[in-house]
Amino acid sequence: MIEVKNIIKTYGSGDAAFQALKGVTFTIQDGEFVAIMGPSGSGKSTLMHILGCLDTATSGSYVLDGKDVSRLSDDDLATIRGQRIGFVFQSFNLLPRTSVLRNVMLPLVYDAAIPLEERHARSSAALRAAGLSDEFFGHLSNQLSGGQIQRVAIARALVNDPTMILADEPTGNLDTMTGEIVLGTFQRLNEEHKRTIVLITHEPDVAEHAERIITVRDGLITSDSKNHKRRRALLAEASARQPV
Amino acid sequence: MKTKDLLEETVTALSANKARSSLTVLGIVIGISSVIAMISVGQGASSGIQSSIQSLGSNLIMVTPGAARGPGGFGVSAGRGSASTLVQADATAIASSVQNVTALSSEVSSRQQVTAKGTNTNVSVDGVNAAYAQVRNVQMDQGSFVTDQQSQSLQKVAVLGPTVASDLFGTDSTTADGLPAGIVGQAIRIKSMQFIVIGITQSKGGSGPGNQDDMVYIPLETAQLFLTGNNSVTTIDIQAASANAMTQVQNDITTLLLQRHNISDPTKADFSTLNQNDLLSTVSNVTQTLTILLASIAGISLLVGGIGIMNMMLTTVTERTREIGLRKAIGAKRGDISTQFLAEAVMLTLLGGAIGVLLGVGISYVVGALGLIATMISWNSVVLAFGVSAAIGIAFGYYPARRAAHMNPIDALRYE
Repeated sequence: MIEVKNIIKTYGSGDAAFQALKGVTFTIQDGEFVAIMGPSGSGKSTLMHILGCLDTATSGSYVLDGKDVSRLSDDDLATIRGQRIGFVFQSFNLLPRTSVLRNVMLPLVYDAAIPLEERHARSSAALRAAGLSDEFFGHLSNQLSGGQIQRVAIARALVNDPTMILADEPTGNLDTMTGEIVLGTFQRLNEEHKRTIVLITHEPDVAEHAERIITVRDGLITSDSKNHKRRRALLAEASARQPV
Repeated sequence: MKTKDLLEETVTALSANKARSSLTVLGIVIGISSVIAMISVGQGASSGIQSSIQSLGSNLIMVTPGAARGPGGFGVSAGRGSASTLVQADATAIASSVQNVTALSSEVSSRQQVTAKGTNTNVSVDGVNAAYAQVRNVQMDQGSFVTDQQSQSLQKVAVLGPTVASDLFGTDSTTADGLPAGIVGQAIRIKSMQFIVIGITQSKGGSGPGNQDDMVYIPLETAQLFLTGNNSVTTIDIQAASANAMTQVQNDITTLLLQRHNISDPTKADFSTLNQNDLLSTVSNVTQTLTILLASIAGISLLVGGIGIMNMMLTTVTERTREIGLRKAIGAKRGDISTQFLAEAVMLTLLGGAIGVLLGVGISYVVGALGLIATMISWNSVVLAFGVSAAIGIAFGYYPARRAAHMNPIDALRYE
């Protein structure tokens, strides 16, 4: 569960100080699929960084799974990120010239307690859950299409069994068709695997795939409601049979 | 992160840009191999010179006539060794009154034209006592050395050094010493006088002026009577009982000779003493300085190699900024990131160190085997070079690794 209370984030100091977040409060339950939507400059990226434990708030509290993470050191935040959060980025950020399986295993490398066989098993399971079949596991990351790359990135986000998958504009670098497939993957992970997904986007079309939409503008939440006209994306399984 | 993972990641990262990695390694290879090769040349020179000094004999003190001075204390110096101030009586006095002298031999040397069977050579002819063989460590190859009886009875006999023997009688590759058989017993002529060869000495090696193989030895008194015509001696060679006794023997000789020559001021002594240990330490100082000089020139290239490592690692860190951002986002701590980049730098230098050691040892061996310069591989320097290369990896890898570790993940992920 994610509980954010009255988060304020100020950049700079004195006259040059700029408040990117002016007091944001919300709660996300386990198993929700939430979109955080807002135009650029609204503070949604700042919110994403704080939710992803990449940055800490100037004031306010952030409780993740009952643990207050709002005042942790860099290395402690790194541990939290490694255990509780799975990132999916707009620019994929796969390691080049590295096999699909090794890319997915990467988060587990930083946890020395997990033996090699278990890493393999968990990575393979995550890849299958993300809709990639076994034949791709040995491929190098630069031999894949955009949709496949993003699904490898989703598998990498899944592999450490996180509390939340945090997707930052995951369809931003993809064409509409491929974007649909990726969003469908998120929907399926949410429904079939009960994954908590937080989707950051500036596009209403993309946000409408979530079951709840939080709109941010000028550092404040302007609306937070259930999405009544939820769109169904193409299922990854259906499209996986066609070349992507 | 497990060590195995770290190694895998390091190998993957370094092999991603093989040309750059190998050129960087080359810098270290050149640095390490030149340090090893230079030190081995220096050590080889040093041990070569030391062994040739030691071949002069052990615990040796040499007394030579000093500069002759005219009356009045400001006389013209005619140069050390030119005067005839030492006589056989001085040698006898030293032998009888100085303690801890095990052997003593006077020497009268002069350069002479020596002929045999139509061939001739210009060599140093030394009139010596029988004890010379012991003092100066002369070993016989054939025949026997001169005796004191031969000296007293003024016999015209000669012992040849191997170089003189081959110059006069030619060589024969079928014999063990390379000399034709039957030289002993043949006659040679020195200053138109006939001398009978009674022995040939073993080769001591060495070359250049004062080559111990290019010598003819004849009895002392024979030389004084027939060659120089007076009873002065050019050198008195003294062997001290032990290395510890050398200073005492040297001091006692100085005191005795000053007294015998009626000289009260030691600075005006008409002779000088040379202690083999002094000679050795002077020479080893020189060669050591030379070795340090060579090694530090090579060390500069090692430093340049290290800077090459740093340069490459800085480029790598910048290029892989987004990868660093990603790794931090998925849970890598600062220590994980810096360890990874440090491991890459250390692996490069260790690889360079290993190849450099092989190359350096190879160069030293080849240079030594070709006979260009004597080399001696010092295993200390090999171990040192390896340690230095690891240290360079850490020293020059530290800054780039630290830079990577302290990157802000948000900025790193956004980096284009």
